[in-house]
Amino acid sequence: MIMPLSAQPVADILRFNTCGSVDDGKSTLIGRLLYDTKSLMEDQLEALERSADLSGGGRINLANLTDGLRAEREQGITIDVAYRYFATPRRKFIIADTPGHVQYTRNMVTGASLANLAIVLVDARTGVIEQSRRHTAIAALLRIPHLVVAVNKMDLVGWSEERFLEIRAQFEAFLPRLDMKDVQFIPLSALNGDNVVERSPHTAWYAGPTLLGHLEQVHIGSDWNLQDFRLPVQWVNRPNQPGDARHHDFRGFSGQIAGGIVRRGQAVVALPGGLRTRVKEIHTFDGPVEEAFCPQSVTLRLEHDIDISRGSMLVGLENLPGGGTDLHARICWMHPRPLRRGHKLLFKHTTNTVPAVVTEIEHRLDIASLETRIAPDALGLNDLGEIRLRTARPVFFDGYATNRLTGSFLLIEPGTNATVGAGMLHPPTQTLCSEPTDYTI
Amino acid sequence: MSGYHLDHLAHLETEAIHIMREVAGEFERPALFHPSDMPFPLLNVDTGHHFPELNEFRDRRAAQLGARLIVRRVEEAIARGIAVPANGEISRNRLQIPTLLAAIEEYRFDCCIGGARRDEEKARAKERFFSFRDGFGQWDPKNQRPEIWNLYNARLNPGENMRVFPLSNWTEVDVWEYIRRERLEVPPIYFSHGRQCVRRGGQWLPVNGLAPPKPGEEVRELVVRVRTIGDIISTGMIESPASSIDDIIAEVAAARVTERGARADDRASEAAMEDRKKAGYF
Repeated sequence: MIMPLSAQPVADILRFNTCGSVDDGKSTLIGRLLYDTKSLMEDQLEALERSADLSGGGRINLANLTDGLRAEREQGITIDVAYRYFATPRRKFIIADTPGHVQYTRNMVTGASLANLAIVLVDARTGVIEQSRRHTAIAALLRIPHLVVAVNKMDLVGWSEERFLEIRAQFEAFLPRLDMKDVQFIPLSALNGDNVVERSPHTAWYAGPTLLGHLEQVHIGSDWNLQDFRLPVQWVNRPNQPGDARHHDFRGFSGQIAGGIVRRGQAVVALPGGLRTRVKEIHTFDGPVEEAFCPQSVTLRLEHDIDISRGSMLVGLENLPGGGTDLHARICWMHPRPLRRGHKLLFKHTTNTVPAVVTEIEHRLDIASLETRIAPDALGLNDLGEIRLRTARPVFFDGYATNRLTGSFLLIEPGTNATVGAGMLHPPTQTLCSEPTDYTI
Repeated sequence: MSGYHLDHLAHLETEAIHIMREVAGEFERPALFHPSDMPFPLLNVDTGHHFPELNEFRDRRAAQLGARLIVRRVEEAIARGIAVPANGEISRNRLQIPTLLAAIEEYRFDCCIGGARRDEEKARAKERFFSFRDGFGQWDPKNQRPEIWNLYNARLNPGENMRVFPLSNWTEVDVWEYIRRERLEVPPIYFSHGRQCVRRGGQWLPVNGLAPPKPGEEVRELVVRVRTIGDIISTGMIESPASSIDDIIAEVAAARVTERGARADDRASEAAMEDRKKAGYF
C-alpha cells in the first residue's frame, strides 16, 4: 500500500543484525533492547528467573532469551541465527541475532543479507579484534547500508572517552578500505542499559543518539533500488476456473518486483527472448493498480502472448541488465568441502537455477589484513573470495552494488542439495540485447 | 522517491506472497496447512480434541473457498497402529506427529505450508522460511540451510520434505492488524464469550468431557477468549471482555504475557517445542 507523505509517520520495518564475538555481550544487548522497550512478557521473565535459579546461580541471564535451543543453553553459546521482534511507536524491528564463532560467515550472511543495518559489538576492554574486522568487512561486502559500532562494556573501562576515541580510531583506520558510508559509534553498557534505550548519566562527553534512538531515526527509505525495473517471473498465473469467463484467457506473470517501478502501458522487454511488449494490466490481490514498485509482489498481463516462464525476467527499456554465461563474482564459501576450480554447482539467481562450473578462483580475501591473496588453490569454509563462473545458459543480472536482488546468487551442491556458497555479482561488462525487437506476428 | 514506501503490513504481505509463489514455482505436490485462498489442498490433523468451533470453521471455510480439504484423524492413526499412545496417555500432542508424517507420506507431499511464526516461541525463532525435513520428518536445528537474500533453496531428494512458513516475520499484533485491514473471518472462540472453566495447573481450562473436573477442582462460569488455539484439554482461556477485532488489538498490544503463555503443551519443559519439532511437528 502506498502511503501518502502527508499522512502520519508510517510504521515501517527496520531489519538489523547484531554481530560480535563470543562474550561481546550481543545476546545481552538484544535482551536489554527487548527489556527496556517493554517487549518482554511476564511469562518470559518468569522462565528467565526459573532458569536463573536452576543454572545461573540466581542471576538472570538476558542471553537466555535469544538462545532458544537446548544445546545453546547448555553450552552458553549461540548456534544459529535467531530472529526477534519488537516495536516502538515509530518503527517495527526485526533482529537477526548472528553468532560470532563457528560458522560465522555462513550465519552472518544468513542473518544480514537483507538487513538495513548491522550492529558490530566491540568489547571496550579489548578493542578491535580480528572478529570485529571480519564482521565489518562482511557487512560491507553485503552492502548493508548502515553500520553501528556499539562499544560495549564501557562501564569496565570507567566510561573513558579516551578509550572510546581510541577504538573509534582503530575502526577508522580500516573503514576507508571497505566503502561503508554511514557509520555511527555509540558507547554503551548492554548489561546496565546505558545508552541502549535510556541515555547514560556517565557519558556527558557523548552527544550522539542512544542505540534505540538511532535505530528509530536512521533513514531507510532509499535502501531498495527504485530506478531500474526488474521482475523475475516466479510463476505463470493461469487461473483454472472454467466457470469464470473473465479468466478464460488470463495469462499473467507473477513475481516480486526486484527493482524499479512499473506503470500500466509501459514498454518492457522479456528476457531471455529479448522481445518488447507493453504492460496491459498490473494485478494485485486488492485489484488492478496503475503502478507498482520494488519490493511489491504483483502479477503483470502483457499486450502480447510471448514465451515467458519461471526464470524469465521482465525489465524496463532503460538500463538493461547484463547478460551472459561468463560471470565474475565475490563469494562466501560456506561448506567444509573446499571449492576448487572445475567444480560443477547449481547457480540459483532470482527465480532461475542453472548448472555452472567454476572456471577460476582469482583471489582470497584475508580478513585480518584486508589484503587479497592472488590465485589460491581453493576457498575453504568461511572464506571470502573472487571467482569466475560459466553458466550453462545465459543469466540476466545487475551488479550487486546496483541491486541486491538481481545481483546476488546461491551456489547449491548437486546431489546433497546443500547451499554451499553465496555470491555477489560484479557489474556486467556487456548487455545481452542492446536492440530489443518489437513483438510481431 | 520517498513516496514509494511500504508500511509494515504491506511489507510482510509482499514477503509472504513471494514465499508462497516460490512454493508454487518449485514444488510438485505442496499442501497448505491452514485455510487460505491458495490453490493448494488443505491438510488438517484432527487430534479428536479440537474445539468444536474450530472444526466448524475449518469445514465451512474450506467449502466457501472451494478448497480440497484433507483431514487425518489421530483416532484413526491409533486404530491403524501408526500412532501408539503410552499407558494412560490422554494428550494427543505427541500422537499428532506420526499422524502428520503418515499423511505426508500417503499423499507424497513434498512441501507443507504452515502458519508458524518466529515470535511465537524460542525454538521457532530459529526457523527458516524453508525448513528442510529429512526422510523421517526431522528438523535439524544445528544444520539448517543458510537463507540469503530472497533466495530459497527448495531442492529435495525423494522422501524428503519442506515445511514453509510464509508468516515467519509476523508478530501477533501484525496478524490481528492484518485481519482488521483485510476483514478476515476468524473462529468465534477468539472473541469474548461465557464458558465453564476449571482451574488446573495455574490456568483456566475449558470444562470438557475428555478430562472432566476432578473432585476438589474449582469450576467457574467466566467471560473468556483464546489467544491461541490448541487442544481443548490444554488450551488456557484468558479472562477477557474483548468482543471485537479492535478490542483484541488493544488487548494484545497491552498484554504482559506471551501469546502461547497459556499453552500447557509448550510449558511441559523449556525445550518442549524444540523436541516436538525435531520429531516432525510443525
